[in-house]
Amino acid sequence: MKRLLIAVPYFWLLALFLVPFLIVFKISLSDVALARPPYFPQWQFEEGWSALTDYLRALDFENFWFLSTDDLYWKAYLSSLRIAVVATFFTLLVGFPIAYGMARAPLEWRPTLMMLVILPFWTSFLIRVYAWIGILSGEGYLNQFLMWLGVIQDPLIILNTNVAVYIGIVYTYLPFMILPIYSALEKLDESLLEAAEDLGCSRFTAFWLVTFPLSKQGIIAGCFLVFIPTIGEFVIPSLLGGSSTLMIGKVLWEEFFNNRDWPVASAVAVVLLLILIIPIILFQRNEQKNREAEG
Amino acid sequence: MKYTLLNATAALALTATGALAQEVRVYNWSDYIDEDLLTQFEEETGYDLIYDVFDSNELLETKMLAGGSGYDVVVPSATFLQRQISVGAFQPLDYDMLPNASNLWDDISDRTDQYDPDSEYSVNYMWGTTGIGYNIGKVEEALGEDAPVDSWALVFDPANMAKLAECGVYFLDAPTEMIPAALNYIGEDPDSHDPEVIAKAESVFAGVRPYIQKFHSSEYINALANGDICVAVGWSGDVFQAQYSADEADNGQEIDYSIPVEGAQMWFDQMAIPEDAPNPEGAHAFINFILDAENSAAATNYVWYASGNFAAQQYIDPEILDYPAVYPDEETLANLFTTRPYDARVQRVVTRLWTKIKSGT
Repeated sequence: MKRLLIAVPYFWLLALFLVPFLIVFKISLSDVALARPPYFPQWQFEEGWSALTDYLRALDFENFWFLSTDDLYWKAYLSSLRIAVVATFFTLLVGFPIAYGMARAPLEWRPTLMMLVILPFWTSFLIRVYAWIGILSGEGYLNQFLMWLGVIQDPLIILNTNVAVYIGIVYTYLPFMILPIYSALEKLDESLLEAAEDLGCSRFTAFWLVTFPLSKQGIIAGCFLVFIPTIGEFVIPSLLGGSSTLMIGKVLWEEFFNNRDWPVASAVAVVLLLILIIPIILFQRNEQKNREAEG
Repeated sequence: MKYTLLNATAALALTATGALAQEVRVYNWSDYIDEDLLTQFEEETGYDLIYDVFDSNELLETKMLAGGSGYDVVVPSATFLQRQISVGAFQPLDYDMLPNASNLWDDISDRTDQYDPDSEYSVNYMWGTTGIGYNIGKVEEALGEDAPVDSWALVFDPANMAKLAECGVYFLDAPTEMIPAALNYIGEDPDSHDPEVIAKAESVFAGVRPYIQKFHSSEYINALANGDICVAVGWSGDVFQAQYSADEADNGQEIDYSIPVEGAQMWFDQMAIPEDAPNPEGAHAFINFILDAENSAAATNYVWYASGNFAAQQYIDPEILDYPAVYPDEETLANLFTTRPYDARVQRVVTRLWTKIKSGT
């Protein structure tokens, strides 16, 4: 029974991660062709083993080599990384006070506050991002409001810039930051804070020495939940970003749709995955070491 | 009792398969039909119509290359269609099921023969040009009364663009349309497949890039209509939709479209049936329905794109038929050019150049 339970997550990993990854990896080793589907070679199960060896021999790493010959790709990876880091930082900046406020709120309010954080998920993600176009555009609500206040004379150009992309990412991924931090803060034993204050800490020092370290796990989890999907983000930059916003998701789209080059598109995807998986593994190792050190 | 039960099961099975066969799935360009025609088709033929839309040939092509799209009728542009035919994405049309094909316009079919000889796999839905949409008042304000709205210089000359940037300019995010236009502007062969010639387009865009607000292939309709932008390189009928929306909204924005004197790209959107269409009969029924003279005319009267249907002309509003921006006169027609599909190597050069133009990388 216990083994069966352990098998569930492994099956999940196998079916939803490893198998799709191997399919993409296989395509990344082939060559583009004018065919359906548009790559070569292909192997059908019925063709037998001898055909399989021919097939395997025709595969190569040429596409990965190609990625290194054009500076577009590493620039796009770097630009995506930069956007993801900045966006994650701002999401943390906005998300932490909200999570803190929720955890400090009277017990009977908390389910309602939790509900309010989750509520936006009931509307389609695409529609919510589209709504920002109406808010941020030249004649949009934000500019109208600011001009009505008299803060600005001419409309601010926000839409189709990286600022709009950051706003879109922070807005969309905010719940993913709030929820893990909230769950860490909620478990916090308040007597620890009282003890700190009794021992002469100011409220701020108590926060910095007690609350913050104890919410570290939540912060790290939240940052990963925001950072990882943001790197490959495609919808937000294409709707809110400008034509010069360079992100790897867009490059992948162009390889796949404009060039019809599935093998190169797959190679881009495999490299993206490797870039993401290395920090995740390092993070996991670190966590394990910490736990062992504590135990 | 047993008999009736058996009967009932059989009837159930029949309706089940019947329901499946009765669906026709159509994948067409966005904002490209009078939607009343869709309900009319359902009423006349009894099929359930599922009508989805796209806004780029690339999106459709990827579905065709992957196969199993589930669509019965798709509407690629002719250059893309030609490549898709070569990989076996479509089935030959059965003209016995398309009696209305006799309504087609030979002048147009002759031109589409270079992509699909003898219309074996496709018939024309609509055709048009890639030109310039502009806001009459705002362009005059920026460039004066003699603004060169009938020339590509309006959008490719940095001096003009510097003044237009203030009121907003969009370009199509379609390299296979924009690069030929730029090559044509500098006197090169717009249909060149030579990477060295294609590279010359870069300098044209480099000069005006700082003044282009956005590259997008459908948002310009609303943006022009609202007055958010004053110039867009766009597709003829799309600009007329913007014109119509602005008129309806009565917002004081006056939009017009021009086919530049240097010449413009002429394109053809073709109805075709995927090789693995679940319901080829329904697909033929839909194409035949559209090829009906009055139905074709209704679509053109609604979207303001020229129809590939000759018999439809008697039902098309004279206002549209006599409008040279929609139905160009002989002189303009002689100036229009067509393009052939790029092979994979040249396509990569074109896409890469386009990324460089847009992002500077």
